[in-house]
Order: sequence, then structure tokens, then C-alpha cells
Amino acid sequence: MHSDLKQYCLQLADNSLIHGHRLSEWCGHGPILEVDMALSNIALDNIGAARSIYAFLAEQEGEGKTEDYYPYTRDVREFLNVLLVELPNGDFADTMAKCLFFDAYQFYFYTALKQCNDSTLAAIAEKSLKEVTYHLRFSSEWVIRLGDGTEESKENMQRAISNFWEYTGELFQPSAIETSLQKTLQLPDLNLIRDQWMEKISEVLQEATLSFPLSSEKGWFQQGGKTGIHSEHLGFILADLQFMQRAYPNSEW
Amino acid sequence: MSNSEWPLWEIFIRSKAGLDHKHVGSLHASDATMAIEMARDVYTRRQEGVSIWAVESVHIHASNPDDAESFYDPMNDKVYRHPTFYDLPDQLKHM
Repeated sequence: MHSDLKQYCLQLADNSLIHGHRLSEWCGHGPILEVDMALSNIALDNIGAARSIYAFLAEQEGEGKTEDYYPYTRDVREFLNVLLVELPNGDFADTMAKCLFFDAYQFYFYTALKQCNDSTLAAIAEKSLKEVTYHLRFSSEWVIRLGDGTEESKENMQRAISNFWEYTGELFQPSAIETSLQKTLQLPDLNLIRDQWMEKISEVLQEATLSFPLSSEKGWFQQGGKTGIHSEHLGFILADLQFMQRAYPNSEW
Repeated sequence: MSNSEWPLWEIFIRSKAGLDHKHVGSLHASDATMAIEMARDVYTRRQEGVSIWAVESVHIHASNPDDAESFYDPMNDKVYRHPTFYDLPDQLKHM
């Protein structure tokens, strides 16, 4: 398998895995039972999407690798997810802001990825898009409810939007791998995705009676995740996720 | 925010096209849109359905259990109301 394509697949899978893992932390802590279940469902959708890509990679690479190899045995620097998804959940408003930003990105990204030249990636995009359509509906609905809610909920939602804003730019900043594969595989054009994303976010914020954070005018964004330079948070996630495999390698139950 | 501030909704699910919506349970939600979305997450996660109805519980009117005697007991001895006394041709399968 071409090593660029492998990295590209890892980037997609790691985004879904880490986002799913973060959402799974809500299990048992949701504000109400129904939302708790919704968050767990969305977490499972994401982890499922990651699994199908890891399984595809394992099959391509052979050497006795399984889907578990990728999430359980790589160290921080080998993970290629964007910083946005590894950030701590914060409160419910924070999580909904993070989800809105990521779900809207995934929605337009998968819509475009359906048209790419690689049949496996196109198939993964097609399946994931159905799930992501619901995720986006869920998160935008909550951002609107909380933004256009009480004075307190509005304040929290506005703060949450500002908290995560500087992590959104990385989604649209192509890595060297994305640039090199873009033409040959007809992969999504991130500039185009950014315009669609921005339009959707403005729509939601407007309906939620929220405003763009002041920092959005500066146009400065955090980056690094796509090349394996992560925040301090990813290490803690991996410590949690990989403990069993590190302590008891290849254990089964 | 406590659950008691949100009204209760009764949820009905149609398991597949052509069948009736069946009552599956209830949940708290602030409005109909939220009730349907939550019902999707709570009651259809194992492929239970293809359609959801949500009805605010206050709109459901029920018979009073105290009326049971006068409502239902009189039917005990009226077996002739069942259509079981008709001879049906064997070709009829679904009566």
C-alpha cells in the first residue's frame, strides 16, 4: 500500500477514534438520560467508522496486523488526528460546540469524499455520511437551543464557541500528504470545504443568536495534530485507551 | 435543569412499513422535535423502527380503572359476539 494513502487513512480513522473516545467519556454523565444515550450512540458511530478504516489498513498491510494494531500500539506522535478532537469535553455546551465544528466538517468532507477515485474511501464516505448527517443535526440543534435559550445557557454557549474556535482552522489546512494525494485521488478540496463549513456555521450561529468569537477576525489557528504534534491531552487519552494492551500485550477475553 | 421541568411524551414506533405504530415507552423532552430526536436515540438504536410518533402525555385520555366492572365485565357471557361460529372455507387463511 502506498505510504501516503496509509497516512491519509490513519488521519481519517484517528479523527473518528479520538472524537468517539472523547464522546464515550460522557457515558453515565449526560445531563439527562436521553442525551446520555445519544452521545453514546454518536461515540459508537465514530468508533465504528474508525474501525472500518483500521481494518482496511490491516488487510492492506498484512504482516499479521489486525484493526487493533493501530489504536492500541502506536504512540502519541504517530496519531494524526486534528487537535480539535483531542481537547477535553468541558461542560455540555463545550462538547456541543466541539461537535458542531467537527460534525459540520465531516459532513462536507464525506460528501466530497464520496466522489473520490479510491473505491474503499468512497464506500467509507458513503456509509459515514448517513451517520454524520444525524450527528450534525444533533449538535446544531443543541447549539441553537442553548444559544437561543436562557441568559445563562447563551453565555455558556458563546463561551464554548470561543473556546474551540482557534482549533477549527487546522481542519482546512492541508497536510503534505493531503496535498500530494489530492489531485491523483480526487480527494476533497479543503478550501471548498472551508467555505461550505463557514456558511453552515454562520447559519447555525445566527439562528442561535450567537456571534462569531472576536478571535475569528485575527484568523490565527492552532495546528500540529495532522503531523503528529499534539497537545498534552492526547497522551492521557492513550494512557486510558491503551493501558490493557500495554500491561498485558495481546491479551484476549 | 431537572427532568420535571420538561413535559412527558409517549413514543410510538412503527417497526416496518405497513404495520401499526406501537407504544414503546415515554420520555421527557422540551418540545416535539426534541422528543422525536430523543426517541430515535433511545428507542430505535437496535433497528426497532422506521417511523416515530411522539404525543404529549397530557393529550392521552384513559379510561378509569374504577369503571372496569361496568365497562368490561358485561362482555364476559356474550360469546355469540365472537365470529367463531361461522364455518369458513379452508382457502381462507387469515381470518
